[in-house]
Amino acid sequence: MLTSADLNPKGPISLAERQLLFDAFFIMMIVIVPVFVMAALFTWRYRGTNRKARYDPGFVYYWPVEILVWGAPAAIIVWLGFHLWDGTHKLDPYDPIDKSVEPLEVQVVAQDWKWLFIYPEQSIAVVNELVFPTGKPLSLKITSDTVMNSFVIPALGGQIYAMAGMQTKLHLLADENGEYWGRNVQYSGYGFADQQFHAISVSDEDFENWVQKAKDAGKMLDKEGYEALAKPSSKLPVTYYSSVTPGLFDSIIYKYTKGNAHGYAMQCTTPELAQASQASGGETGSRAE
Amino acid sequence: MDFFGRLTLDSLPFYSAIAASGAGVTVLGGLSVVALITYLGAWKALFGEWLSSLDHKKIGIMYVVVALVMLMRGFIDAAMMRSQQAVAFNSDGYLPPGHFDQIFSSHGTIMIFFMAMPFLSGIINFVMPQQIGSRDVAFPFMNAVSLWLTAAGAGLVLISLVIGKFSTAGWTGYPPYSGPEFTPGVGVDYWLWAVLISGIGSTMSGINFLVTILKRRAPGMTMFRLPLFTWTVFVAAILMIFAFPALTVACVMLALDRTLDFHFFTNAGGGNMMNYINLFWLWGHPEVYILILPAFGVFSEVVAVFSQKRLFGYISLVLATMAIGILSFTVWLHHFFTMGSSETVNSFFGIMTTIIAVPTGVKVFDWLLTMFRGRLIFKPPMLFTIGFLVTFVIGGLSGVLLAMPPVDYLMHNTTFLIAHFHNMIIPGVLFGYLAGYMFWFPKAFGFKLNEWWGTASFWCWIIGFYLAFMPLYVLGLMGMPRRMEHYDIAAWQPHLIVAAIGAFIIFLGIVCLGVQLWVSVRDRRSALDVSGDPWNGRSLEWLTASPPAPYNFAVLPKVEAIDAFWDMKARGVAYVQPKEYEPITMPKNTLIPLLVGGTAFVFGFAMVWWIWWLAVATLAFIGGLVIFRSFDDDPDFTMPASTVQAIEDRRYEQLAKHPANEMADEPGYAGDPSPDPLPEGAR
Ligand code: HEM
Ligand SMILES: [Cu+2]
Ligand SMILES: [Cu+2]
Repeated sequence: MLTSADLNPKGPISLAERQLLFDAFFIMMIVIVPVFVMAALFTWRYRGTNRKARYDPGFVYYWPVEILVWGAPAAIIVWLGFHLWDGTHKLDPYDPIDKSVEPLEVQVVAQDWKWLFIYPEQSIAVVNELVFPTGKPLSLKITSDTVMNSFVIPALGGQIYAMAGMQTKLHLLADENGEYWGRNVQYSGYGFADQQFHAISVSDEDFENWVQKAKDAGKMLDKEGYEALAKPSSKLPVTYYSSVTPGLFDSIIYKYTKGNAHGYAMQCTTPELAQASQASGGETGSRAE
Repeated sequence: MDFFGRLTLDSLPFYSAIAASGAGVTVLGGLSVVALITYLGAWKALFGEWLSSLDHKKIGIMYVVVALVMLMRGFIDAAMMRSQQAVAFNSDGYLPPGHFDQIFSSHGTIMIFFMAMPFLSGIINFVMPQQIGSRDVAFPFMNAVSLWLTAAGAGLVLISLVIGKFSTAGWTGYPPYSGPEFTPGVGVDYWLWAVLISGIGSTMSGINFLVTILKRRAPGMTMFRLPLFTWTVFVAAILMIFAFPALTVACVMLALDRTLDFHFFTNAGGGNMMNYINLFWLWGHPEVYILILPAFGVFSEVVAVFSQKRLFGYISLVLATMAIGILSFTVWLHHFFTMGSSETVNSFFGIMTTIIAVPTGVKVFDWLLTMFRGRLIFKPPMLFTIGFLVTFVIGGLSGVLLAMPPVDYLMHNTTFLIAHFHNMIIPGVLFGYLAGYMFWFPKAFGFKLNEWWGTASFWCWIIGFYLAFMPLYVLGLMGMPRRMEHYDIAAWQPHLIVAAIGAFIIFLGIVCLGVQLWVSVRDRRSALDVSGDPWNGRSLEWLTASPPAPYNFAVLPKVEAIDAFWDMKARGVAYVQPKEYEPITMPKNTLIPLLVGGTAFVFGFAMVWWIWWLAVATLAFIGGLVIFRSFDDDPDFTMPASTVQAIEDRRYEQLAKHPANEMADEPGYAGDPSPDPLPEGAR
């Protein structure tokens, strides 16, 4: 299919995630390399048959060495800890990438074994294809209408779980036009291996054309159509829906939470609760909303 | 209600050739064991001396037998996955998804619960009481019950191959997938009851080990004179006691969801799967330290003995072990950074995880410094130790990388993770146990294992390991998810082929282990361990005969220093026969633990197939057995002093005929206990 991968990031998020990986890797070499050197050197030099090497069975404690063996790893971990804290806050998948830019919002539903993308502003929906303008932040709201899934586009970043009755968020951005692969990476049953989709970043113009193409598809995604689609199926071809029943995404979440809003409120809010709290200007307490 | 619950003839695996042959092999394997025992006429000895034994040494050996059998089964699963993925580019390979998914689930479950755990309990059982100068564990009866509960769990996994199917939900069994809605069959139930029953055994083992170390140490064996292996067991036992209940609770809740329609973890109905994931890893992370700490203990013993030098930084190593034990309860969330927790929560658990790397790093350096200015002798256990040191730090490196939440966002659920934990668990855990197996084998059976085959096995394991798992790091960086039955990305295939070759070389390593055992038994007379001290050892288990008398120590040793036995040799008191002996009281053999385990197996089977009357009956029977046993006022027997005298006389006769130390012929031998000069009459 497509070749892009984590080694080959196409967006700032995966680039930053990879950079953190490289930084940590190299700083760790400060302790890793000495281990290799010492292991090789000591194994060779102190082999029993080498009578020239010094034998000192009394060398069992030496405080400067003790300070070094605790201190050196500890120092590295302190360094790493700062970068970890920093990186985790900067790369929080829930944070908008650029607050000054209006992102493209897409609602993502994991189903057995496919991905449904709903574009609320455009009022279209697509199965197994995610198209978006290059350079424009992508704001994904993710849920599942089946078991737990995990959404990732390795070239751009991720991943985040998709859970029924809950909503998670992910923000991504592509720097250049291209076609990447995305998929579910949390095992979800027989069709798991084929549960993938194309992620395509295009120019603004092409995006408009693509939306138009979907609009021309002439298929409606209403409640019944949705129920039919949600049934287990795999290797579904890309399918466009020219219009979507408003509130479909919320109703998918609501299906799992109705009547239990109170039991749940700690972890996960129903859309009503979420709306209520938004209306009152507050943030909902938990993040897997 | 059906008499046999949901069990019907259709449950037999005639629906697929591969499943049927798996079942066939299992059944044939079982039958040939039965035939072999009959042929050898060994039934009486088997039941009379082994299966009914409460002797911690025999229990330990039986645990290891279970572990080695399950290692083979677990490896067959691994080989099937490796060969499937090597060919499944743009094709379905030879395994359909339903089957592939059972295989990764059973591989993980078997390797963790029925290979690593029994191996661990076996080595601990065999070695630890001897190391602390004790005649037995604190609760010998409970010890045997633990063994048979573990065996019952293993039996359930094995029989799932013949009757019904195994789980497809992975070794972690995450709901809602593992709930009744998505996996209504018996598979997940097999997994659940196997894990639950053996988990109860493990909890009891933990209690037993901890109490033994606290209460059964020889006079003078203070905590800070404990050999490092025993220290690691001490911490691992505490972890077992605190961690396993979380698993038990998670599994019981899931079982209630599945059988009685509860909704703890269902999507709808007010449940929340996140709670399961938390509970599971609240056990799961400490579990990896339960597995690896005792392996660290083995490496500590081996590196000191074969460097012919006391362990460097004993106090540091003890402190590091304790630090790891405590920290291991504070990191579980790193298994699901991608669940959507806040950045602060993720940072906290990420930082706690990286902190564990500090004490672990300390240990690595202390082992290396033990080798520094030593005289190294490269026996197979030492080879495994050096292989471990070098390879393990790579796994530590990838572990710290995964502990950075943003890196984990990319790497989670990919083969990078698979590579990471196999990188910890094969060189760390398995090499440790294999080193322990070769190190203490002479103690158990009175003769040494063949070194050539042991060395060959080591090289196959380590080369195979690198070939099988380094490509998975690369594949993970390329984004390949774990648990893939087939794929359509051409660039992955070459790496998967290399990995399959690696698995094949590991297979040769396993074959070498088998040949080693065969050859060693055949040539045992040329490698006898007469002294009981085949490696010029340092801790008390080398003071006993090989194999040890049932009571281990006729007279409890008096400990005056770290490396108690080394110190006794240096002072010349190790082999001084006491004037007289006292009678020794030991537990009688009993078949009740075996019966408990066997009944628990039937109980598990009944729960899996919803044969309710049988479940109730077996549970009641187990209760009855325990009550019956509690009325036994005379569970012990006393070996008269004259018998002890006779056994010990024979031992000292042998000792007199042979040099006390069988390492003296080694070219690298550095001499008897030093730096102290040998006192007068030490031999
Ligand atoms: C002996 C050589 C071994 C080989 C060749 C091997 C191979 C594999 C393979 C191919 C997988 C599946 C990876 C995937 O999901 O894509 C796997 C998973 C796993 N292995 Fe191993 N493995 C070996 C030893 C071990 C050992 C010693 C342990 C533990 C003590 C272990 C524990 C696991 C676990 C827990 C899983 C995850 C199962 C799951 O996805 O639910 N493996 N292994
Ligand atoms: Cu939630
Ligand atoms: Cu962990």
